[in-house]
Amino acid sequence: MKKEQSISAIKDGSVIDHIPSSAALKVVDILDLKGIRGMISVATNLSSKTMGKKGIIKISGKDLTKEEVDKIALIAPHATVNIIKNYDVKSKINVAIPPTIRKIIKCSNPNCITNNEKNVITKFYVLDKDPLKVRCDYCERNMEKEEISLL
Amino acid sequence: MNFKDRDIISIHDFSKQELLFILKIAKSMEKKPNLDLLKDKVLATLFFEPSTRTRLSFISAMEQLSGKVIGFSNTGSTSIKKGETLWDTIKMVEAYSDAIAIRHPVEGTARLAAEASSKPVINAGDGANQHPTQTLLDLYTIQKVKGKLDNLHIGMLGDLKYGRTVHSLTVALSHFNPTFYFIAPQALQMPQTYLDDLKEKKIKFVTESNLTKVSKKLDILYATRIQKERFADPIEYERYKGVYKLDVGLLDNVKKDLKIMHPLPRVDEIDKSLDDTEHAVYFEQAANGIHVRKALLALVLGKIK
Repeated sequence: MKKEQSISAIKDGSVIDHIPSSAALKVVDILDLKGIRGMISVATNLSSKTMGKKGIIKISGKDLTKEEVDKIALIAPHATVNIIKNYDVKSKINVAIPPTIRKIIKCSNPNCITNNEKNVITKFYVLDKDPLKVRCDYCERNMEKEEISLL
Repeated sequence: MNFKDRDIISIHDFSKQELLFILKIAKSMEKKPNLDLLKDKVLATLFFEPSTRTRLSFISAMEQLSGKVIGFSNTGSTSIKKGETLWDTIKMVEAYSDAIAIRHPVEGTARLAAEASSKPVINAGDGANQHPTQTLLDLYTIQKVKGKLDNLHIGMLGDLKYGRTVHSLTVALSHFNPTFYFIAPQALQMPQTYLDDLKEKKIKFVTESNLTKVSKKLDILYATRIQKERFADPIEYERYKGVYKLDVGLLDNVKKDLKIMHPLPRVDEIDKSLDDTEHAVYFEQAANGIHVRKALLALVLGKIK
C-alpha cells in the first residue's frame, strides 16, 4: 500500500492502474477528462513488479463506466480500473476491446476520407479481438494487427 | 418496409429481405415507367469524378418521375477549388435539394456525406470501395434473365483483385446460396478477405485461371475490364490486359442458357460477335440501371412504402 501513496488516495472516484508508462498521458486524452471538476492525478514511471514501469491515474468524483473504460483497451490492455467509494474499492472493471472503436485508430488506407478531410473522427468495427482485426466504417477496408496504428 | 430518408451507401448495409424488396419496386418501375411520383422533388448529383452511365441514368430516372436535378460533374466550377471541405459542401447542398447522389474518388466519402446531410444520400461510387446502385442493377438483371437468384452458378472473370463491382456483387449474392467460380490470373484473383468471408458463410467457390475448365458449369458469366488505372506498373498492365477475350468460340462449351454480363465500359474482353447472341445481356444490364435508380429515389424520398 505504501508505494501507492506516491499519489494521494481518493475518497470517491476511479483509479486506473497498470497502464503502460508511455500511455498514461494518452489515456487521459482518450478519456476526455477536460470537463471534470474533481482532482485528477496522473503518475508515470512508477516502479511495478510485473510491468517494470507503470502509470496510474486517479480521478476524484467520477465513476468511469464500462464504455469509457473500454476506450483505453487498445493502448492499455492490461489496465485495471477500481471504482472507489469512501476509500474502499466498490467495484472493479476489466478493460475489454469494445465492438466499435472511435477516434483512437488511424485508417491505413491513404485514400480513405478520414485521411483526406479535416476533423473526421475515425470509426472502426471490431471483427476479431485476438488477433485484432477491424473494418473502417468509411472506406470499409479491413485492417489486421500489424497494419493498425494509433492516431 | 420503410426506406424514407435512408442512405444508400454500401451493400453491406442491406439484409436479404431489403434487397428483394428494392428489386420488387424496381420491377414495378419497369412496368409503369412514367409516374409523377417525384414532382417538386430535387435531386443533387455531385460528381467529383467522371461518369457517363451512372450520372445520366440518375438524371433520367429522376426526370422520368417528374423530379428536377441540380448538380455538377466537374469540380473546376465549384468552391471545392477554393478549398471548401466536403462537409461544408454537403451542408450547403442539403439546403437546396431533397436527396443527394454523390460520386467521389476518395473512399468513404459517401458515408461522411450521409453523416453531414439530413437528406438521404445515395452513393454513386466512392473510389475502389462501393457502388451499391450498380450491385442492385446487377442483381436485378440476374433475377430478370434467370427468373431467380437462388442456387445459381456464377462465374466472375477478369480483374477480381481491384474490381469493386465483383466485390460488392459477391457480398450481395452470398444471401442466395450461389456457387462461385472466380476466374482470373493468380495476380488478379479475388482478395483473400472475401474468400475468408465466403468460407465462414459456407458458400462454395473455386478459383481458376482457365475459363474453359469451368465454363460448362456457369449460369452467369460476369466479365470485367482489366482496369489500367489501377496498375502502378504499366508493364504489369500490358501483361494482363488481353488475358481474356470472350468470343463466339466460347459458346461451344457452355450451357444453352448461359448469360454474359459486364458492368461496361468494355475494352476487348467481349468481342462484338457475342453482342447479337442470346447470351449477351450487358446492354440490357445497363438499361436496368434506370429502373433500380427510380425505385431507390422513390423509396428514399418516401413516395413508395
